Amino acid sequence: MMKRLLAIGLILVIGYWLANGLAGVPFGEDRMLVGQYYLDNVKQQTGAINAVTAVVVNYRGFDTLGEVTVLFIASTGVGALLWRRKKERTAEVEGSVVLTTGTKLLVPFVILFGSYIFIHGHLTPGGGFPGGATIATAFLLLYMAFTAYEIPHKGFEKTEGVAGMSYVLVGLIGLAIGGYFLFDWIWQTWKIGTVGELLSGGFIPVIYMLIGIKVGTELSGIIDNMIKEGVSE
Amino acid sequence: MSAIAVIEYIIIALMVVSAIFAVEWRDLLAAVVGMAAVSLFASILFFMLQAPDVAMTEAAIGAALSGAVFILAIKRTRRFESEEEEKPGWWVRW
Repeated sequence: MMKRLLAIGLILVIGYWLANGLAGVPFGEDRMLVGQYYLDNVKQQTGAINAVTAVVVNYRGFDTLGEVTVLFIASTGVGALLWRRKKERTAEVEGSVVLTTGTKLLVPFVILFGSYIFIHGHLTPGGGFPGGATIATAFLLLYMAFTAYEIPHKGFEKTEGVAGMSYVLVGLIGLAIGGYFLFDWIWQTWKIGTVGELLSGGFIPVIYMLIGIKVGTELSGIIDNMIKEGVSE
Repeated sequence: MSAIAVIEYIIIALMVVSAIFAVEWRDLLAAVVGMAAVSLFASILFFMLQAPDVAMTEAAIGAALSGAVFILAIKRTRRFESEEEEKPGWWVRW
């Protein structure tokens, strides 16, 4: 009991201290410094409607590259921790008929919607990460409904690597053309498309397609690693 | 107080309650349900604070995938917290 009371007291002190600090920050007022610059220039400089994805991919593209790296390391770590020479699925109970039939019907729609999310990252909310997670959910659904289902491992890992390399490659082409890493060469030098249509946004849709494919295959790989169990030979 | 503010207070209260349950429940599957509920309410709150990008990502990662990963981990370990904590000795429980 003492331990718990002490912990609650400590959390209350920390909470009071945080609330005290946050009380000085007004909520909902117009206090933008850099934000105003983004809102004013986002259409003209990047060709995207969605300011969030424009900031995430274009202005602060290096952070996104770091996030993709973090996800890649997480996937590699799970693979390394759960590595066995021979891994098999040990599930014995097939999903009910309703579940298997529903999965068969639903999976194409889920994958289609995930692709929609990451292809339209520069126009509608979303982007590569939620789109990729949606696609991984479709594969999770397949794993849950069918006892024999396995993703094609070799192909998935190669796709993941190629997508990640293409992201760096797009950045390096920007380095060659514009002088710095992740320079938006498609919009800044070629001006392809009109703002607000699908064919616009410079390299945001291109990079988000790569990120979506990478995140989708990566999270499916994590699920695959966790769902299979090592068997003795 | 406007209707939106009332709904926000309700969602924050539900989120706090489900967070407390998520750490209190001894059944780890129930704890995963509590965690997914926290994710769901966080996602609704992000949406109400007009951040749809964050809300979509939170819903896709927090509700579906991390819950699935936790359940797969529970499936390969244990479902309940260890029996030792259920014994009456006060020096064990706290």
